[in-house]
Amino acid sequence: MKVGTRNPSLAVGLAIVAALIAGAAAGPFLVHTNPIAIDLANSLAGPSRAHPFGCDSLGRDVLSRVLLGARLSLSVSISVVALSLIAGSLIGGMAGLAGGKIDDVAMRIVDIVLAFPGILLAIALAAILGPGITDLVIALAAMGWTGYARIVRGEILSLREREYVIAARALGASEPRLLFRHLLPGIAGPVAVQATFGIGGIIGAEAALSFLGLGAMPPTPSWGNMLDAGRQFLLVAPHLTTAPGVAIGVSILGFNLLGDGIAQLIGYRG
Amino acid sequence: MTSYLLRRIVALVPVALGVATLTFAIIHLVPGDPVVAMLGETAAPADIQSMRHRLGLDRPLLVQYASYLGGIAQGDLGESISYRKPVISIIAARYPATVELAAAGMLVAILLAFPLGFAAGADPGGAADLSAMGFAIAGISVPHIYLGPLLMIWFSLDLRWLPLTGRGGLSHLVLPAVTLGTALAAILARMLRQSLIRVRESDYMRTAIAKGLSEPTALLRHGLKNALTPVVTVIGLQMGALLSGALITEVIFSWPGIGRLLISAIGARDYPLVEGCVLAFAMTYVIVNLATDLLYALIDPQVRVS
Repeated sequence: MKVGTRNPSLAVGLAIVAALIAGAAAGPFLVHTNPIAIDLANSLAGPSRAHPFGCDSLGRDVLSRVLLGARLSLSVSISVVALSLIAGSLIGGMAGLAGGKIDDVAMRIVDIVLAFPGILLAIALAAILGPGITDLVIALAAMGWTGYARIVRGEILSLREREYVIAARALGASEPRLLFRHLLPGIAGPVAVQATFGIGGIIGAEAALSFLGLGAMPPTPSWGNMLDAGRQFLLVAPHLTTAPGVAIGVSILGFNLLGDGIAQLIGYRG
Repeated sequence: MTSYLLRRIVALVPVALGVATLTFAIIHLVPGDPVVAMLGETAAPADIQSMRHRLGLDRPLLVQYASYLGGIAQGDLGESISYRKPVISIIAARYPATVELAAAGMLVAILLAFPLGFAAGADPGGAADLSAMGFAIAGISVPHIYLGPLLMIWFSLDLRWLPLTGRGGLSHLVLPAVTLGTALAAILARMLRQSLIRVRESDYMRTAIAKGLSEPTALLRHGLKNALTPVVTVIGLQMGALLSGALITEVIFSWPGIGRLLISAIGARDYPLVEGCVLAFAMTYVIVNLATDLLYALIDPQVRVS
């Protein structure tokens, strides 16, 4: 209750993310309709008791497809953020600790990757790697690691100059001890905030790539390819875009609020 | 200012070279044979060989790289396989449409963000603030790929006010520009609100009001310029999102720019054209970044010195 009034972003964000995870985990057990079963009699059927969100052009149940899409969306975004975070922290950490030439080279590489606007690099990579979930994860992580590298490097450079770290060094703490006892705990907060926002961002990026035909391929339901398919029937069946569109929007909202909430909780200003 | 300008332009060279190299690496080094992808798994080996020769892919990688860089320096991006025309001329024909869309999206963002940000920042916690920030939260969360179809359903199919797709007069531009600009509008409105609140609490504003200026006058004369500096920074930082948003918006609205060109080139496995489009997007971004930095240096003299 206290958290809810003092930090509404955290409370609402947590509720949305929890509901999303629950829907993804339990969805297929709650909705017994087969998400890839074709039923042409129900082609483009509107919402009904049997199909609360209606059916797509092949008569497949939209609700069960959205729920299965949540699994894909969450598993892709969490894998991408985990991969990006590990690669980015290693590279950024090395750059920050080593300094000098290594730092210069690492930061030039970051600059070059960041010179590709938005999801362009992921689009180019996915185009060459071909569609598919693993390739999608690789393409998105190849784009996503730079943010973590910058944060980790920046935090290390700033933490190194803090009094408590200088004091620990003066008292004879070894480099590994400095890193694990004093630097990493200070970095964890900002990285957690970035990762939370990152999951929301990757949910949007995955949907965009699948929408463009560069991610999950039919019949695997992804919110992005459902939106793309629904686009052809805007006039006759506008409900086809509603469910996946709202699902993407609410998920991004949830992770954004959660990120805001965590930032507020730990007093971090990015 | 001139020395700052020169320094910035010189610093551009390694980034541009890096961008060209990474684009080359994506197309030529990533596993998967573009020629097999283009002709299909069942293509005859002789056909594959002749296509490889035609594209120059049978030469050593370093030779290909050198001729690729040499080509870029001379404005030659190779020949498109599906159009059978020079890549540079296809991109040149489509480029203005992308610039038009991105500029219109930016304009929509600014036109929406300023009144919302000002209304919210003038009375934090008030009704205007709550509704403006409600819009901001929704605007940041709704993805282009949903907002686009939603606007199409409302304004093209139901109300029949605006055309559904394609490029033409102003009426064709409205829905794509709103689709593209909404997220940026939301981000800018939030930034402007925070910035205004910070400025209103500052000592120089208190002094100006104590000396007899009314709050709106003090804000206009002393606060506004300071409040806008972080907003300009955020506009610069968001240019990448705007450009890649334009790419997606073009696909949604069948807008004939280089974003849609890129996606159709990917579909046609036209790798020289893919390479050219990726390069065009990235170089545009690099140059726009330079322009925002220069603008920033004009507003804030401290930037030039450091």
